[in-house]
Amino acid sequence: MRFITAAVVVLLATTASAQQHETAADIEDGGRVFRSSCANCHGQDGDQVAGVDLGRGQFKRAQSDADLIGIIQKGIPSTGMPATNFSNEQAARVVAYLRSVAASRRGGAVTGDAARGKALFDGKGSCAACHRVGMAGSRVGPDLSTIGLQRRAMELEQSLLDPEADVQVSNRTYRVVAKDGTATTGRLLNIDSFTVQMLDSKEQLRSFMKSDLRDFGFAPSPMPSFKARLNAQEIADVVSYLVTLKDRTAQ
Amino acid sequence: MTARVLALVVLLAASLQAQVTFDRILHPEKEPQNWLSYSGSLFNQRFSPLTQITTVSAKNLELQWIWQAKSLEKYEATSIVVDGVLYTVQAPNDVVALDAVTGRPYWTFTYENLPEARVCCGRVNRGVAVLGDMVYMGTLDAHLLALDAKTGRLLWKTQVAKTGERYAITHAPTIVKDKVIVGTAGGDFGARGIVAAFDAKTGKEVWRIHTIPGPGEPGNETWSGESWKTGGAGVWNSGAYDPETNLVFFGTGNPAPDWDGRQRLGDNLYSDSVLALDADTGALKWHYQFTPHDEVDYDSTQVPVLADINWRGRPRKVMLWANRNGLSYVLDRVTGEFLLGKPFVKVNWMDGFDPKGRPQRVPGKVPTKEGSMVMPTVLGATNWAPPSYSPRTNLFYVGAWENTGTVLTEGLSPRAVGRNPMGQSTLTANLNKQEDGYGVIRALDPQTLEKKWDFPMNDITWGGVLTTAGDVLFSGGKEGYFFALDARTGALLWKVALGGQINSGPMSYSVNGRQYVTVAAGTGLFTFALRQ
Repeated sequence: MRFITAAVVVLLATTASAQQHETAADIEDGGRVFRSSCANCHGQDGDQVAGVDLGRGQFKRAQSDADLIGIIQKGIPSTGMPATNFSNEQAARVVAYLRSVAASRRGGAVTGDAARGKALFDGKGSCAACHRVGMAGSRVGPDLSTIGLQRRAMELEQSLLDPEADVQVSNRTYRVVAKDGTATTGRLLNIDSFTVQMLDSKEQLRSFMKSDLRDFGFAPSPMPSFKARLNAQEIADVVSYLVTLKDRTAQ
Repeated sequence: MTARVLALVVLLAASLQAQVTFDRILHPEKEPQNWLSYSGSLFNQRFSPLTQITTVSAKNLELQWIWQAKSLEKYEATSIVVDGVLYTVQAPNDVVALDAVTGRPYWTFTYENLPEARVCCGRVNRGVAVLGDMVYMGTLDAHLLALDAKTGRLLWKTQVAKTGERYAITHAPTIVKDKVIVGTAGGDFGARGIVAAFDAKTGKEVWRIHTIPGPGEPGNETWSGESWKTGGAGVWNSGAYDPETNLVFFGTGNPAPDWDGRQRLGDNLYSDSVLALDADTGALKWHYQFTPHDEVDYDSTQVPVLADINWRGRPRKVMLWANRNGLSYVLDRVTGEFLLGKPFVKVNWMDGFDPKGRPQRVPGKVPTKEGSMVMPTVLGATNWAPPSYSPRTNLFYVGAWENTGTVLTEGLSPRAVGRNPMGQSTLTANLNKQEDGYGVIRALDPQTLEKKWDFPMNDITWGGVLTTAGDVLFSGGKEGYFFALDARTGALLWKVALGGQINSGPMSYSVNGRQYVTVAAGTGLFTFALRQ
């Protein structure tokens, strides 16, 4: 789950006209609801319905937060927008989420080119050294085959520029050191009181007894920041490519 | 051995998870630590070459770990182990990868079946298959899935048959070369059985056959009227493969309606049969029908067990089969020739074979107006649970139901096919009293099909059988006991109460030189090894 940074929350507090101050957790919750209940029609970026771009604050009918809450609860008759059974608080959290996204979008993004982005992904960026798309690339990093369905452009951009800022629970890196000094690093799959399971840097499923280890713990993400490696245009290109990755095999 | 060398050996023993080539699946004897297909080999012998657990040491078995499925369905899957990673199925269709030493999870793939998925007899799955770096599973909504073995990500998904036509897949796929082969359940609903092969890399269909021939095909004349269309003959257990003849073998289920043959006069080919198919094309090379015109639901969906044995003085490539109909068989698997058949429990519906192996029926042992006791029971002398053959003892081991029967009473009129696919007859099981029926692990000599020994149980059994090169036999039953027997004598070596019915076959593997044996009971997977 993508956490909204404190900066966004501050921005929200000063620019949004929410009736109450939502916390970062509220906004996160709103995002969760949006992705599970709204994104099927509106899209992850909220721009899949003609004339509506929820992620940029463009609405057909609504002006105020109260308008939006009403639409979320009652739907819009004779359109595809159904009524929901959301409470005022739940609907307000979705609105807070939408406002936060819109707020963070202001300032204008560079328009990317997906084809150039793919070339960067495969070439200069060496992304496949850690990431898998379809049947190609490594399994060590998060699989990106469906990332376009899971993440919005701004979130992907943040991951490229500041990969440590927010790492999903399923993507955490772990390092263990055996008593003989052998270190193993990998993506953590499971951890409990006595054992650790990971996919190591050689793409092997590994299991360790903690009692056999000299040391174990979370490690920094091996994902480098591309802030200095790619320019703004190239970042936008890669993001444009990533949002096209929507393998629907599992759908 | 110096400590350094020992460390190196241990390091090597913790082998890397390499690609599972078909050659590896074909030659499990080269890597006894693994269990790469449903019954351990494509000969379905369910025999482990591991020797650490012996008839002497088995008494020291102790629990290592339990993994509990978040499912209330019967746990029928046999686990697969590849280089220390255990793959199993949480019924109906979630695939789980566990560390085989600790039972702790690497990944879980969850699958939601289409709401129209229907099965007659439990939302179950009997296991996955592996090839390359993929894991394959058939689903209740009749799809075949391929997952990434390292991550559980879905790689492809192919519809094998229409869910709405009551097709389902419940068995572990059978891998042959670069293909994944599956059959369809649904015979009790009248769904005409299918066996189909798919390209393992892409999921593209390579061939398919129907288990009931269509008009113009040989065998279609064995169905009266249009009854072939809804005749069932599902395929719901794994196949066997013989590389020398390139034949893949599948057993087929009962004809539908199950307990009422009045609307499907004839032998009803290829129900209750074994089919020998060309693995590359699906072409039918031979068949043998165990129960022509079955009205008792004697599915022949046991796994075919292949063995190369010295049979009556000369080497012979045989197929061993203990059938739900109460008869055991030795067939020549190259030609399909019937070599020997004999009841392995009390049977009253037939009293001999003609020279070609067709059973000679006893008149009246069919559904009648007055009701007729037919033995074995409608649930069978054995069912789908996998048997074992040990090349060390040369014995064939079956979990059997002895002395059981069902009273079949014919309905007033035959129902329209499709409306009541089970048939109009009523059944009265005769399983209530101890003397009326009991479960037994029975060791048969393939030379004579006579029993060598029995291990009787108080209750019946749905458990499969595993034998090992330590001459230990593992099995269990409905009472929830898991036990180890001496494979040569049937003597009890060790037992444990697992508190849940055993509905699957045990299997064995080793990691870092330690042998484990695993069995599902209730909704949990229980793993044992010798005390250290």
